[in-house]
Amino acid sequence: MTETRIERHHYDVVVIGAGGAGLRAAIEARLAGKKTAIISKSLFGKAHTVMAEGGAAAAMGNVNSRDNWQVHFRDTMRGGKFLNNFRMAELHAKEAPQRIWELETYGALFDRTSDGKISQRNFGGHEYPRLAHVGDRTGLELIRTLQQKIVSLQQEDKQEFGSYDARIRVFSETTVTELLLDGDRVAGAFGYYRESGEFVLFEAPAVVLATGGVGRSYKVTSNSWEYTGDGHALALRAGATLINMEFLQFHPTGMVWPPSVKGILVTESVRGDGGVLKNSEGKRFMFDYVPDVFRKQYAETEEEADRWYTDPDNNRRPPELLPRDEVARAINSEVKEGRGTPAGGVYLDIASRKSAEEIRRRLPSMYHQFKELADVDITREPMEVGPTCHYVMGGVEVDPDSGAAYGAVRGLYAAGEVSGGMHGSNRLGGNSLSDLLVFGKRAGGHAATYADQLTTRPAVSVAAVEAAVETALAPLQRDTGESPYQLQQDLQAVMGDLVGIIRREGELEDAMRRLAELRERVAKVSAVGTRRYNPGWHLALDLRNMLVVSECTAMAALERQESRGGHTREDYPAMDPKWRSVNLVCSLDGDAVRLTRKPLPKMRPELIGLFDRAELAKYLTDEELAEFDALTEEANN
Amino acid sequence: MGSKRQFRIWRGDETGGDLKDYTVEVNEGEVVLDVIHRLQATEAPDLACRWNCKAGKCGSCSMEINGKPRLGCMTRMSTFEESETVTVTPLRTFPVIRDLVTDVSFNYEKARETPAFAPPADVAPGDYRMEQVDVERSQEFRKCIECFLCQNVCHVIRDHDENKPAFSGPRYFIRAAELDMHPLDARTDRREYAQSDMGLGFCNITKCCTEVCPEHIKITDNGIIPMKERVVDRRYDPLVWLGNKIFRRGQVPQTSATSGHSSGAVTSGGTHGGAHAHGGGPHVGGVHSHAGGSHDSAAERQAQQGVNWHREVPHPTAPAVDASGKLPLTELTFNKAAAPSPFGDDVTFPLPPEHLNFAHPQQDEPKH
Ligand SMILES: Cc1cc2nc3c(=O)[nH]c(=O)nc-3n(C[C@H](O)[C@H](O)[C@H](O)COP(=O)(O)OP(=O)(O)OC[C@H]3O[C@@H](n4cnc5c(N)ncnc54)[C@H](O)[C@@H]3O)c2cc1C
Ligand code: SF4
Ligand code: SF4
Ligand code: FES
Repeated sequence: MTETRIERHHYDVVVIGAGGAGLRAAIEARLAGKKTAIISKSLFGKAHTVMAEGGAAAAMGNVNSRDNWQVHFRDTMRGGKFLNNFRMAELHAKEAPQRIWELETYGALFDRTSDGKISQRNFGGHEYPRLAHVGDRTGLELIRTLQQKIVSLQQEDKQEFGSYDARIRVFSETTVTELLLDGDRVAGAFGYYRESGEFVLFEAPAVVLATGGVGRSYKVTSNSWEYTGDGHALALRAGATLINMEFLQFHPTGMVWPPSVKGILVTESVRGDGGVLKNSEGKRFMFDYVPDVFRKQYAETEEEADRWYTDPDNNRRPPELLPRDEVARAINSEVKEGRGTPAGGVYLDIASRKSAEEIRRRLPSMYHQFKELADVDITREPMEVGPTCHYVMGGVEVDPDSGAAYGAVRGLYAAGEVSGGMHGSNRLGGNSLSDLLVFGKRAGGHAATYADQLTTRPAVSVAAVEAAVETALAPLQRDTGESPYQLQQDLQAVMGDLVGIIRREGELEDAMRRLAELRERVAKVSAVGTRRYNPGWHLALDLRNMLVVSECTAMAALERQESRGGHTREDYPAMDPKWRSVNLVCSLDGDAVRLTRKPLPKMRPELIGLFDRAELAKYLTDEELAEFDALTEEANN
Repeated sequence: MGSKRQFRIWRGDETGGDLKDYTVEVNEGEVVLDVIHRLQATEAPDLACRWNCKAGKCGSCSMEINGKPRLGCMTRMSTFEESETVTVTPLRTFPVIRDLVTDVSFNYEKARETPAFAPPADVAPGDYRMEQVDVERSQEFRKCIECFLCQNVCHVIRDHDENKPAFSGPRYFIRAAELDMHPLDARTDRREYAQSDMGLGFCNITKCCTEVCPEHIKITDNGIIPMKERVVDRRYDPLVWLGNKIFRRGQVPQTSATSGHSSGAVTSGGTHGGAHAHGGGPHVGGVHSHAGGSHDSAAERQAQQGVNWHREVPHPTAPAVDASGKLPLTELTFNKAAAPSPFGDDVTFPLPPEHLNFAHPQQDEPKH
């Protein structure tokens, strides 16, 4: 390996990922005066965050002044079925408004209310209109704003130091394949430039993971090639732990037809703005699927539901706005019972409910996208939609305040979709974009502090770098193995068919067996061609990450014998309070995934006091309820 | 459902390459990017191509399809004849890395040179108040997905690498326009900067950029032209000056140019309000001749039939002047190699007839 050239860089903080979380973390680290690198698999400004449409949830109370952080906190916990890390949900609800306002100082231009404030829209699971938005391209606004803020910091540095890259540098189209350790401390990250295939080593005492999700392991997904669970796998291999990996969000309304738009999401704001779901018989079926926990808040008749759009204070909301797992499950049942569309979805109809002009004004990019991509005119015909793999709630187990990874490693931080806990078993729409900002900032800041406190810089070992080079080159040097594309397809089939939206014990066991087979095949994958911008080679390297993360998901899904949020077991269809207080934690034992149970942290009295006893009764065990009663009694005395 | 289609795809790297033929299965409802993915999964696993969202949102999959700059994920196969061979090549304006992937770092450099948003000094976060109508102007430009198709198509740099250092390109003109129109941006020199440092003067409003923009941003009409007009408002504009000489005794309609610069519109407070009234809505009686049609078909038709002093045509780009309103004396202080033309660098003589506000009454009826 001696002839392999490796470029070396020294930084204080290395941020892996240039989505909302990564960029916000990098800004914070740079503001703390640290020399910061941002690494991203694709070009600067193209990360997944760009695709988010609906908005960013923050209880600013601009549209309904009754909104505040307590209400947002309550909605988040409810949405996550009380499995959330309460402290993260609390911090998120409290800090989101500041993070959004801060974006305005970076130049963001959100849609406005009539009194000139940031407008907020309704979204599934949020009690009040809460999502700051820009038409239906909120993610683009967010990422562009952060990108431009970074540019502005670079301009300051250019003035001060003569170079744009003096204190913050973006390494685009660069993939990190390995984290390097010095004992239990992070010492750096190793990767390759996609363009040239050359290797690069970043020596840094603190690394922030902000690599997003894992959706590429599924057949129908809204996620791009980047979502191969790299950050999850890097964390595992570095000795950190993952939690809640059984919880994946299947977006209820991804397009299922025509094929050019398959997997593309129809934003929930279509439902927020009056769109309704109908089966092949033309029935508005969501009324049949309101679970008991939500009965009080949702309308029972079409008339009441329709009145809500204009008079939300005196009517209950339409069931189309139920949390997305409920909607996904409802669609799934309709299709299974033979009332689906020919392509296996249901109809989402806004055309018959709003004027063409209004649809175009409120959903411009949605309209534009379907018109251009599929020649579907959403102002005239209903869309064919069905569940699509969309978001992973599980991720790196972190300290809620600092984003530092738990487990046997120091100097590793995680924020955004790659981190776990915040969303519990199910994420509310719009809570991700604000999550990126809140915890991106925190992780970046704490990583900087950590780097400051170190007295000695951890050192990268030569042997570890050589091993990383060898692993990276292996697929190119083998010509006996299978094609990475074939392997990816097989993996997607296993996950889509056996660990999909509705799960069963037998199928999950089968999945475990097949994943074990795949593991051997992936270990022998070969790629043709050279190191220069070779997508086959890149995929071959991503596969092992996809595989280990899929194993975590399958194992945890098999273990959790209940249905909750983004995890539905046909053989255990109900939520079980005993499972509510358990997190499933994955770690690596050598090469193999190990699963352990860990109790959830207990909510502080003033937070649990925000809920009704009647509501808590649906989630808590009898002992927990007794404790709650004792608390309220104490408070009343 | 599927059918076999012919594809020719450029394969190679910076040392050279050529078009390779492929026969691929194409299914109903697919786009060009689907076909490229099928090729990667079968015949050409190392075919290099950027993509992310497959939904026209990230601007990664820019390529030239049958010579037209397009997004691969937004080009439906049904737009081609079954028998047609589809030719896919990399963006021509940027150096090739491999196959369909080009080195677009030029754009990121230009982005870095464009001065960032300057927050208002005395407004706290959370206290920003803006009207929807005011933010909409800038929001149009913020729709940009940075696909760089407009940069790729612009003739100023398409086959002219030598212009690249001095020319930021349409993507960054609209960035400047966006900030110029931002209701709370504290900088007031966005247009001057675009003119003096971004090479706005190179642009002669061919509108090719607008034509290829997948986000349908009206790059020229809403971004470049208003900037050029307003740059010229505060500068020496030879034709306005000429008009003033001829119609000295007040017959001349008030123009924004004549009223503007003498009363010193360059002060910060006034400019924003003024700029807005000017940029979005109809112009306040601006009378200017030459340098391209007004793009208003009714006014154009009228103009074809005689004198129409109310036709609004874009201003020429006048040279930069110093604080006293004079042309710079030496080339050293100017941003071009030669002395500026007193009539604006984008004006050539004789002026083409369609750029005049006078046409012979018996001239042929216009085609449209
Ligand atoms: C279609 C769609 C619509 C959505 N709509 C909404 C919405 O309306 N509201 C909402 O709140 N959320 C929404 N979400 C969810 C939200 O967009 C994502 O969860 C969020 O953007 C994730 O951001 P992130 O910063 O964690 O990661 P990302 O933005 O995904 O960025 C990940 C980054 O990590 C980099 N990376 C990954 N692996 C590596 C590696 N090995 N080496 C180097 N770099 C690497 C990638 O290149 C990328 O830059 C939506 C998601 C999708 C897919
Ligand atoms: S209008 Fe100007 S910027 Fe646009 S393509 Fe033509 S010359 Fe280039
Ligand atoms: S302005 Fe249009 S064409 Fe140019 S980069 Fe932006 S989206 Fe692409
Ligand atoms: S892949 Fe994102 S625009 Fe085509």
